[in-house]
Amino acid sequence: MNGQAFRRAGGQIIDRTKPLRFRFDGKPYEGFAGDTLASALMANGVRLLGRSFKYHRPRGLMAIGSDEPNALITVRRDGNTEPNTRATMIELYDGLEATSQNAWPSLRFDLGAVSNAVSPMIPAGFYYKTFMGPTRHAWMFYEALIRRAAGLGFASREPDASSYSKMNAHAEVVIVGAGEAGLREAHAAGQTGVRVILIDEAAQPGGWLLRERDHSSIAPLIAAVREMPNVTILSRTTAFGVYDGLQVAAVERIQDHLPIVNARAPRQRLWLIRAQRIVLAAGAIEQPLLFEGNDRPGVMMAGAARGYINQFGAAPGSRVVIATNNDTGYQTAFDFAAAGLPVTAILDARDAAPEPLADEARALNIAVVARASIQRTVYSGALRGVVADVAGKSAQYDCDVVAMSGGWAPAVHLSTHLGGKPAFEETRGMFLPAALPSGISCVGAMTGEGLPKMSVAASSAERAFVDFQNDVTIKDVKLAHREGYRSVEHLKRYTTLGMGTDQGKTANIAGLSTMAALTGQPIAATGTTTFRPPYTPVSIGALGGLETGEHLRPLRRTPIQDWHEANGGLMAVSGLWKRPKGYPKPGEDILAAQIREARMVREAVGIVDVSTLGKIEVQGPDAAEFLDRIYCSPVKNLKIGRSRYGVMLREDGVVMDDGTLARLGANHYYVTTTTAQAAKVLAHMEYHAQVTWPELRVSIISVSDQFGAIAVAGPQSQRLLARLAGADAFDDATFPYPSLKSISFGGVEVRVLRASYSGERAYELHVPAAYALSLWEALLEAGAKPYGVEAMAILRIEKGHVAGPEIDGRTTPADLGLAKLVRMDKEFIGRRMLQRPGIADASRPSLVGLAPVDEASRIRSGAQITLTDVGKSAPMIGHVTSSCFSPVKGHPIALALISNAAEMRDKIVFARYPLRNETVAVRVVSAVFYDAEGARLHV
Amino acid sequence: MLIPCPHCGARDHAEFAYSGDAGLSRPAPDAADSVWLDYVYQRNNASGDHVELWHHIYGCRQYIAVSRNLRTHEISGAQFASKPRAES
Amino acid sequence: MHILLLLLSMTSRYSAFRLFREALSAQKGWTPAWADAEPKSGYDAIIIGGGGHGLATAYYLAKLHGLRNVAVLEKGWIGGGNTGRNTTIIRSNYLLPQNAQFYEHCLKLWENLSLDLNFNVMFSQRGVLNLANSDAQMDAYARRGNAMRLSGIDSELLERDQVRRMVPHMDFSERARFPIYGGLLQKRGGTARHDAVAWGYARAASAFGVDIIQKCEVTGFRMADGRITGVETTRGFIGAERVGMAVAGHTSQVAAMAGLKLPIESQVLQAFVSEALKPFLDTVVTFGAGHFYISQSDKGGLVFGGDLDFYNSYASRGNMPMVEDVASAAMSLFPSLGPLRLLRSWGGIMDMTMDGSPIIGLTPVDNLYLNGGWCYGGFKATPGSGWVFAHTIATGTPHPLNAPFSLDRFETGRLIDDKGSGPYPWLH
Repeated sequence: MNGQAFRRAGGQIIDRTKPLRFRFDGKPYEGFAGDTLASALMANGVRLLGRSFKYHRPRGLMAIGSDEPNALITVRRDGNTEPNTRATMIELYDGLEATSQNAWPSLRFDLGAVSNAVSPMIPAGFYYKTFMGPTRHAWMFYEALIRRAAGLGFASREPDASSYSKMNAHAEVVIVGAGEAGLREAHAAGQTGVRVILIDEAAQPGGWLLRERDHSSIAPLIAAVREMPNVTILSRTTAFGVYDGLQVAAVERIQDHLPIVNARAPRQRLWLIRAQRIVLAAGAIEQPLLFEGNDRPGVMMAGAARGYINQFGAAPGSRVVIATNNDTGYQTAFDFAAAGLPVTAILDARDAAPEPLADEARALNIAVVARASIQRTVYSGALRGVVADVAGKSAQYDCDVVAMSGGWAPAVHLSTHLGGKPAFEETRGMFLPAALPSGISCVGAMTGEGLPKMSVAASSAERAFVDFQNDVTIKDVKLAHREGYRSVEHLKRYTTLGMGTDQGKTANIAGLSTMAALTGQPIAATGTTTFRPPYTPVSIGALGGLETGEHLRPLRRTPIQDWHEANGGLMAVSGLWKRPKGYPKPGEDILAAQIREARMVREAVGIVDVSTLGKIEVQGPDAAEFLDRIYCSPVKNLKIGRSRYGVMLREDGVVMDDGTLARLGANHYYVTTTTAQAAKVLAHMEYHAQVTWPELRVSIISVSDQFGAIAVAGPQSQRLLARLAGADAFDDATFPYPSLKSISFGGVEVRVLRASYSGERAYELHVPAAYALSLWEALLEAGAKPYGVEAMAILRIEKGHVAGPEIDGRTTPADLGLAKLVRMDKEFIGRRMLQRPGIADASRPSLVGLAPVDEASRIRSGAQITLTDVGKSAPMIGHVTSSCFSPVKGHPIALALISNAAEMRDKIVFARYPLRNETVAVRVVSAVFYDAEGARLHV
Repeated sequence: MLIPCPHCGARDHAEFAYSGDAGLSRPAPDAADSVWLDYVYQRNNASGDHVELWHHIYGCRQYIAVSRNLRTHEISGAQFASKPRAES
Repeated sequence: MHILLLLLSMTSRYSAFRLFREALSAQKGWTPAWADAEPKSGYDAIIIGGGGHGLATAYYLAKLHGLRNVAVLEKGWIGGGNTGRNTTIIRSNYLLPQNAQFYEHCLKLWENLSLDLNFNVMFSQRGVLNLANSDAQMDAYARRGNAMRLSGIDSELLERDQVRRMVPHMDFSERARFPIYGGLLQKRGGTARHDAVAWGYARAASAFGVDIIQKCEVTGFRMADGRITGVETTRGFIGAERVGMAVAGHTSQVAAMAGLKLPIESQVLQAFVSEALKPFLDTVVTFGAGHFYISQSDKGGLVFGGDLDFYNSYASRGNMPMVEDVASAAMSLFPSLGPLRLLRSWGGIMDMTMDGSPIIGLTPVDNLYLNGGWCYGGFKATPGSGWVFAHTIATGTPHPLNAPFSLDRFETGRLIDDKGSGPYPWLH
């Protein structure tokens, strides 16, 4: 257990008084509070952390931050399993369990590494050139093998055990990055008194300064910023995207560093911050050098290497070679030396070593070699040394760590999300933020400030890795060039360069520089690929928040909902609502229940909750004119107190909705819509009132939620209602069909519509929502029984009334048998487009009824109608829209839309349902199966 | 995007329902077929500045004519659609 | 001589044998997949747009219609538009017969495409499963599935338990806001490698002598007597006997150069991919009630998306409300998705037509042809689109498969509105 052999003195972040135990691949280790999993494993001498994507090459730590391409780890278990997490971003906690990925049977002995042996045969894009035969199904065979080999970590199938939350915030200034530049910016902005939010991905502010041997100089600035009440510092928070309207999206990791995730508190929180001004201080990312074997465990970024020493007191190895093409590599050498770790040499690719840095190094007995660049690593089970080209001669250096610096690339990503385009600055050798949208500025290393000039030396090493995670080498870039995939986007897509979980943070520059050298084009002309959100991968949970499962969409409830649920209503989803299909009695199935309920309405009386109907009040001096233009059916001649059925079209002549219109006063209408179209109809009316005819004096308001609605239907409906509100109120002479009357039920004014969906005498009671349940219960007490939406469907199909399956967004009034309602002598929405030849065509499918030739045969909705019952495929002349068993007919019936309906009348056609291998011979009949004269309305 | 609703103030676009080109005006009933075809179906759909309707469905329920650049999403103005509006 | 030709043709063919042989010479024997051509002064036909549709059109013009003096003009790099920015789903499970027949023709071409092109486009027939979340939706899917079967297209209606056996880790609990009732499965549907489609067609077209010209943006049409005589480009004037437009995302702009106004609005659609994972999902699943769909790529990333952002845009990027909505739906359908991470998001420009179906055919300008308005469904159409467009350009007459997709259908009222949403493009 006490194995921290590579722990050295120093380590400003860790707390040596707080040891923590953890496991990696089942083996126990110990680290300290303040460690990351990466630093703790390093301190324990664990060098092998993962296997690469394609060749399964052994890999160790490359970086220290979120740019890490290699060390992808699965943490936690079961419903908390988190695959593909960078070891560098996992804060150590007691009991942490981590496992390696993409290796079988073990990380050390991985059979997948055979792909490394055959790598000459499987260059970039090899799969485009093979697996095509012998048959056209060959790919399905090969794909199964490839899919198993591909992928990184395993995803758990257990439901996510964590919860998430969201926070909307506003700030005058949002600063991304709490390094020195970001802190200074926060301090300056904070002094002006405005709201400032400072976002930083690390556990504490300070950025790269925390990785210096002595970072005490930054402490006063951090303290000063912390003291400002108007500055909020969000640590452990990654700003991953910038969206329109200067919105910064960030994820705060609230519990990821804690031993036990409290499922009742958010594990992560999504911040959506509206800013007046965004300052990006995202810093820079160190880039690798290109040489054979630069992916070997032990080869790492020079800045990262010193970070591990200074921050965590963790030694990357016991003997280091520094390879650099800029001054920053020297600092790494000094920090190794200060930690008592021998530095074999500084190999500086430049023609001359810089003074006085080189002197300083020599003073520490460190050899400084100019014009030196590594050719390859010497590796057998562990890193043994490097072979370098020194001014044209080969030289070998022993080491178990290579700390390399290929320069630093500004982290321009966030500056591009709103359309900024990084520009390559030739003199600095780097892409810098440019063409920034207004409101966004950049400071610090992100602008190149303090960074050494960058130069990527073209490498002749074929097997130098450019993209470590995806195993893209110089050879692959050359192949892409050879085959014409020369645009940076082609390069990326053909070789997968930059498409790993690190999104090419350490790969893109090397890749495009190599391509630029091959094409002989300047880097500026080669350009970069587009950066898109997220900056680093973001958990889907944080993005989805709490709106999942039952909360995916709001559930709309009628005022009578509780009663349905408590009294045997079989509830089913209907748009945003849940409505009772029916009320089966014990031992009764829903089919039997709906037939019983439908019979009850035909023979006696039943009540149904129709509160889901859309209800709209239209008022104003021009209300009549307005509605006359909205409905294709007549409106203007409707008398006060009367109601009627109305149909409205879209502007393209297709039926949009139907419902009841009632006139409450000269300038006051009350209209209902179908449940499904309520929102659309309201928006449609508002559009035409505000946009098309702003001159019409009309006001539209939805009262859908203000009124509950109960339909009371059946020959005994009048008697039932008379018991509750007096016989006079329901006298046919003063309350004929169809009309509307305000009637007092125990002192509550109820708008009663004499309208019928079932075809029976019926009343629709529109009652203030607060009294809806009381009225419902009063009706029950008076002897009524409820029926559900399935019985309602039977009743309307028997009557040939159209509903959602018929009004499907493609049917015209004529298609639905409603042509006689359309008043072509007035102007209305949809009128003009009704006159097109394709709309007027008689061959368009239109509404008919179907009755089975054999009365025992069920006709299913969704069946297609053909003229023949033979042949697997056959021309279709229409389809069954709605069907049911008809209690009044004693056999199944259906509504259908078929071509040339008039000619087909009384003919036998076939309702075919090949999905269930069913064919039913049916006769084309009238769509009205019951009471065609409408006598039942008055019984 | 933040839409400056003239009634409610600046609000996230998620409160609104996009409702198409604000430059359309419904032709007279007897206008030529081509004029009607244009109104119902054809759109300039030009890249660049665009005046379009946003219906503030989770707010004042007004249709707002918003001037927005389709390349940058920058919004340069908004007014009630029911008021006379400048030609785009 | 014949043997020499045979050997030559063998050396340019892709095969496992060739890969093995190249391994011995460090893969240095490969040549460009397609020739990067310089524009000539004129062509028999010019296709504007080097995406999948344009390249496929050129390929079929050369292969099936003997038209080889053809150029494809691409303003950027081939496959750089929506060809490389989609979720790669291929299916022919449409309701309306015009759509079903056309997309089925596409699907049949897909089934043979890798062999035809000698380029593995990785067409994976892993099945497309549309979930139903209500009785009404089951009926609607039955209608669609029955129509497909009677048109000779494979389709199966699955009950809840069958769906559960296929994808057990979806939410079958009581907690589901929209319980899974069943689904419509098209086993022959699936996914393909999008970039490979562009490259494969480019390589095959190039082999027939088609000029593929990148970084060549069309800036105008030159016309005389109501006919096109050629196109103005950033690389000079190029003459053409006939011109086909296949510029998804910019159809209105290119058409406007020829004086045409189209029934199209361009909107943003975002798509998403997760970090790579070991196999998690073996089929394409769509979840209509949650406006969500998902599949897993061969590399291991979960590829998913949802609704349009619902506003016109040419910015190729979307906004957070739709990102949040899609993530909510993802977690609702697969309750284990929460800890997994979104790796990349992108936005494509969708040319949404007024009835949700594409336009492929003639224009009021004699020798100018239009292929556009693919809404968010263009990728799966790629082979068939090129096939019928090549026929239309070569013969001057639409093929029966694309005749219904004419531009004049808006005038005649013979619309193809599979979703029934009407002339409101953002609703399709």
